[in-house]
Order: sequence, then C-alpha cells, then structure tokens
Amino acid sequence: MASPIEQFQIKPIIPVINFTNSSLFMIGAAAVIVGGLLLATRNRAVVPGRAQSVAEVLHDFVANTLVDATGKEGMKFFPLVFSLFMFVLTANLLGMIPGFFTVTSHIIVTFALAMLVIGTVVIYGFVKHGTHFLGLFVPSGVPGWLLPFIVVIELISFLSRPISLSLRLFANMLAGHIALKVFAGFVVSLLAAGGALTILAPLPLLMAVALMALEFLVAALQAYVFTVLTCIYLNDALHPGH
Amino acid sequence: MAQAQTTNATTEAHGGAHDVGFPPFASETFGGQLLWLAITFVVLYTLLSRLVLPRLSGIIENRRAMIASDLDNAAAMKSRAEEAGTAYEKSLAEAKGRAQALAQETRAKLSAESDAKRKALEADLNQRLAEAEATISGKKAEAMSHVDAIARDTASAIIERLTGKAPAPQKVEAALNQIKA
Repeated sequence: MASPIEQFQIKPIIPVINFTNSSLFMIGAAAVIVGGLLLATRNRAVVPGRAQSVAEVLHDFVANTLVDATGKEGMKFFPLVFSLFMFVLTANLLGMIPGFFTVTSHIIVTFALAMLVIGTVVIYGFVKHGTHFLGLFVPSGVPGWLLPFIVVIELISFLSRPISLSLRLFANMLAGHIALKVFAGFVVSLLAAGGALTILAPLPLLMAVALMALEFLVAALQAYVFTVLTCIYLNDALHPGH
Repeated sequence: MAQAQTTNATTEAHGGAHDVGFPPFASETFGGQLLWLAITFVVLYTLLSRLVLPRLSGIIENRRAMIASDLDNAAAMKSRAEEAGTAYEKSLAEAKGRAQALAQETRAKLSAESDAKRKALEADLNQRLAEAEATISGKKAEAMSHVDAIARDTASAIIERLTGKAPAPQKVEAALNQIKA
C-alpha cells in the first residue's frame, strides 16, 4: 500500500521547464477561477442567475472582509486579496478531489504567498509612510523602561507573521490529507486482514467520510483565515500608527 | 541541497523504491514550484484585476446605480403626484368659489331685474289708473254739464204740455237756477 505522504510527491511532467504536477494544478486552479468567473458573469445580468450570484457573493465577501479590516482605502488591495483568497480556496478545494494534487500542501507555496503579503505590507508601508511605518513597533502609552522589550517583542511578532501565516495553511492541508489517507488505508488493511477485523472495516470508512466533510470545511476556512490575516496585516501598512 | 539529498538517501535506504523523503521539505523541488507559482499568480492577478473584477464590480455598481435611480424616479413621481393632487384641490376650491360668486351675482341680478320690472309695472298701472280716473271725472263733468240743458228742455216740454204754450226760456232758466240754489 502507498504511504500516506506519497500524495504530496512532486512528479515532473515536462522536466526541461520544471513543469510538474504542482505546476499543472496551479494553472488548473487559475484556469478554474478565471474561467469560472468569466462564465458566471457572461450575461452581466441585472438580476443574477445562480452562477452570477455565487461570483457576486465571493466578490462582496472578500470586499467586506477587506473593508472591515482596513476601511475604504484598503480597496486598492482588493485585486491582490481577491486573487489570494480565490487561489488558496480553489487550490484547497481542487485538492479534495481524489487523485488530485494539493498545491497548498507544500510549505514553499504557502510561504511564498505569505511573503507576498508581508512584502506588500513592508514595501507599501515604507513607500507610503516612510520611517513613520516603524511606529508599528512602538506602541503608544508604554513606559520608557519597558519600551526596548516591547519593541523587540513587536519585532519578533512581526517577523513571525509570514511563518505563522504559511505554516497554518500548509499544516492544515497536509495533516488533513494525511489523516484522510491513513483512515482510508485502515479500511483496506482491515479488509485484507480477514476474520473479525474485516467486520470492523466500516468504522474507519465512516471516519474517512466524516473527515472528508471536515476537510471541506477546513479547505474553505483556511482560505478565509489566510485572507482575514492578510487584511489585518495590510491594515498595518495603511495605518501604522496603532 | 546536499542535506536534502542525504535525507533522501537515508529515507530511500529504509523506505522503499518510490519513497523519496517528505515531499514538502524536498528543497530541490522549491525552485520549480516557485517559478510556476510566480507565473501562475502573476497571470491570475493580471486577469482578475484587468478583466474579471472590473466586470464583476461593474455589474454590482450598475445594479446599485439602477436601484438608486429607480428610487429617485419613484420619489420624483410621488412628489409630482402630490403636487398634482394639491393643484387639483386648489383648482377645485377656486372653481367652487367662482361658482358661488356666480350664483350670488346671478341671484342679485335676477332680483334687481324683477324689482325693476315690478316697479315699471306698478308705475304703468298707477299711470293708467290716474288716466282712467281723469277720464271718469272728465266724463262725469261733461255729463253734469248736460244735466242743465236736459232739465230746461224737459221743464219747458212739461210746461208746454200742461199749458199749451211754450214758456219763455229766460223764465225756465231762472226757475231752474232758483231750484238748483
């Protein structure tokens, strides 16, 4: 039987240009997003149909999340936040289809996305606010002798953001898929064991079904969490003065 | 890179033919993943921000504007209807007032006219009455003036029959005047 981590294997498809199954599913996700949204909005109906409603709900959902966290001026980051949300959500959900590769189960991908967010925050923060952006690390109303420690803590917390942001998504996707595979593996093992153990085989199957539902929840939830944190970090770039 | 390869080597040693260690930590695949992630994400971002999102927000904005303009139109129509209602009531009140004034005027005119007619008729009747009285008194006087002559003729005729000869008119006249006095 295949190992539970075999599903995360990167398999080359066109080695010359480093095109792998991961690349295929990244492009697949992007194609699903763009194609799906264009198809859904092709009528530009004033009274939306089902598909267009879904597209509008996604748009409003991300827009509201962004505006709630950053205010109206945060809308300049809307294309970025929407792209991130849709990419993570679609990659997570595509990974739920049996046999499909999960792009976001690789730390390098989630880390790159997290660095994109933090990089945007830092660059925009410095371009827009100059050294005033560093006020992010100096909370107001802190006694002078405590300030050095607070600044160090704030700095560490800021630097750990890309790590926590990327690890959370990566670990959730990885663990969920491993758990699914392990329980599915139990079913096969128990059936193969014969005797009394065969009768127990439906139990891990039930577990696998329940986990499948949970994983769908996690796939959507982690995309949302990634987006909300992105919005909160972007708020720091927009309003660094606590 | 070297470290990753040694890890691979050790896991392969006790793992099996296709087991190449923990794939998410296989750093030799990082370059390729980053390359294709960058390509995909840039293309995705460009398509979304240039094509999909303007269309989507256009639809939503268009609907919002349409609803707002419809509401404005409805409010304008409502105020127009209210205006028309007040204008109607005003003209109705005006017309009522005019009708009343006209009725009053007509009544006054009619009564004045009938008054005038009545007065003219009365005057006419009075005049005619006076004329008739004058005629009567004229006729009466005329008739009375004939009475003397008739009495004289009658008296002389009676005397002539009684005596056989006509009396002298002066004597009859004097006798009559004596009786009249």
